[in-house]
Amino acid sequence: MINEETYIPLHQLAHSRTGDKGSTANISLIAYAPEIFPLLVANVTEERVHELFRHRTPTSVRRYMLPKLGAMNFVLEDVLDGGVNDALNLDSHGKTLSFLLLRLEIPVPTELLQFVRALPEEGAGCSPR
Amino acid sequence: MSDILSIGCAAGFGGDRTDAALPIVETMISRGGPGVLIYEMLAERTLALAQLDRRKNPGGGFAPLLELMVRPVLRKCLEHGIPIVSNFGAANPLAAAQLIRRIANDQGITNARIAIVEGDDLSDERGRDLLRGYLRPAAAEREIVSANVYLGAAAIADALRAGAQVVVTGRVADPSLTVGPAMAHFNWSETDWDKLGRATMAGHLLECGAQVTGGYFADPGLKDVPDVAHVGFPIAEIAADGSFVITKADATGGIVDARTVKEQLLYELHDPSAYLTPDVIADISEAEISELGENRIAVVGVRGHPRPATLKATICFAGGWLGEGEISYAGPNAEARARLAAEIIRERMDDALQLRFDLIGVLSVFGDDRGNAFGNCAPTDSRDVRLRVAGVHPDRTPVEQLMREVMALYTCGPAGGGGVRTSITQRLNSVSCFVPRELVPSTFAFLE
Repeated sequence: MINEETYIPLHQLAHSRTGDKGSTANISLIAYAPEIFPLLVANVTEERVHELFRHRTPTSVRRYMLPKLGAMNFVLEDVLDGGVNDALNLDSHGKTLSFLLLRLEIPVPTELLQFVRALPEEGAGCSPR
Repeated sequence: MSDILSIGCAAGFGGDRTDAALPIVETMISRGGPGVLIYEMLAERTLALAQLDRRKNPGGGFAPLLELMVRPVLRKCLEHGIPIVSNFGAANPLAAAQLIRRIANDQGITNARIAIVEGDDLSDERGRDLLRGYLRPAAAEREIVSANVYLGAAAIADALRAGAQVVVTGRVADPSLTVGPAMAHFNWSETDWDKLGRATMAGHLLECGAQVTGGYFADPGLKDVPDVAHVGFPIAEIAADGSFVITKADATGGIVDARTVKEQLLYELHDPSAYLTPDVIADISEAEISELGENRIAVVGVRGHPRPATLKATICFAGGWLGEGEISYAGPNAEARARLAAEIIRERMDDALQLRFDLIGVLSVFGDDRGNAFGNCAPTDSRDVRLRVAGVHPDRTPVEQLMREVMALYTCGPAGGGGVRTSITQRLNSVSCFVPRELVPSTFAFLE
């Protein structure tokens, strides 16, 4: 029997917050449902996160596990272009980066699709534009 | 009845809302039992700005919002035995204490006992000499704007034990604002590591104000927050063993649940087994969330390990000048026109300074300063794009030139550009180092 899988963005499986210290960012990833946590562990690896942030040239990406919270904590060194005092980025703290992580898509087996959070319906957009 | 100390936090940074304290104070009074009000108002850079402020005005240099924050609750706190503890003293705790004395006098209370915690400021000659031994040579030669060590909870606890009703500090570790009152209330020793570790995580959850009660959390449709416009600020109920419950002010919006507490627990944390503060090394690697009821969350399983032998110091230097300019393009071909404007600026400035370009509405914050992401981003059909140009240079002149070039896009740039804004600000650079704690004693003194 083939185990069917669907690719789903982390945004519908987990929530996240970024913190900063100097040029280092930490990004948490917290499963909405405990059933989803092993899927995050298997798919959201240090390598995947490093690749996602490659354009910001991290010198290291470290993943810390908090299984009792259904959470992981990623520590990305040197991704903030010097941080709040030095970066030219509008968001020199890197506060928006949690939602870059949440764009990552991972395969979700059919039996776990019940834990995928529905997105609100998109509107038709503004006029005029 | 078990002895519970309530600690409410009415500010999570220097620019936070000024109306958060009253609901906290009213809640602590109506629930009864001992309570403490804290405000955390000192981010990494805030102190350097305060030091610059003090140089211009010897009576300034404390948190600019202090009076707006404290005036609405000072009398109530003094009358109900709720001490106020805050780092709103910034670069001038004495002036902050004097202002609080004046506010108390205005409100008819002339005998308030106001304490000042001392020892964090290393920007004087003696402090600089001390730091030189611990800074890299290149940093040691630069002109220091501010230098402060992160003090721990001990001097705060001592001041409270001596009867202080208000404790004004400069730089202390944010969680120490919570640990100090708990140490004083429960008479903990400086080596009760597990108790200190738990209180430290309570302080960590409180220190960003509404970030644990539904602020900085809402994501419509996925994470909705009730009445987020009136989000209530947090209260920690701490027990004699340091264990705690996070709740919030009554009759306010927001939410305290497992999700909000987990997000804030991991905020600005690196290794979960080693959260370093001057008081303790806190360890949440085995921590769990326990949902006790509506807006009542306990964090259990927090441990503590012996504190570090050193204290962290942060030193700020005057940096270069940052210029930021923006111009909007909209409608058909908007992005192509914005990209052309960026090319024009690049060519006109000819490597005179380090530049960054963003297309707000297309790609602005996820990118990097070198433009790695921007370079790979093919033009889109965006119809409402704002070009942002940022440049930094040790001298102001090339930055002024850059801002004039952005302004000149009005007449010399692509078609239909509008809404130019430019600003130039001086930057502050900072470095950190670690100094042996015995070289930086802290103490407190009452305002005469």
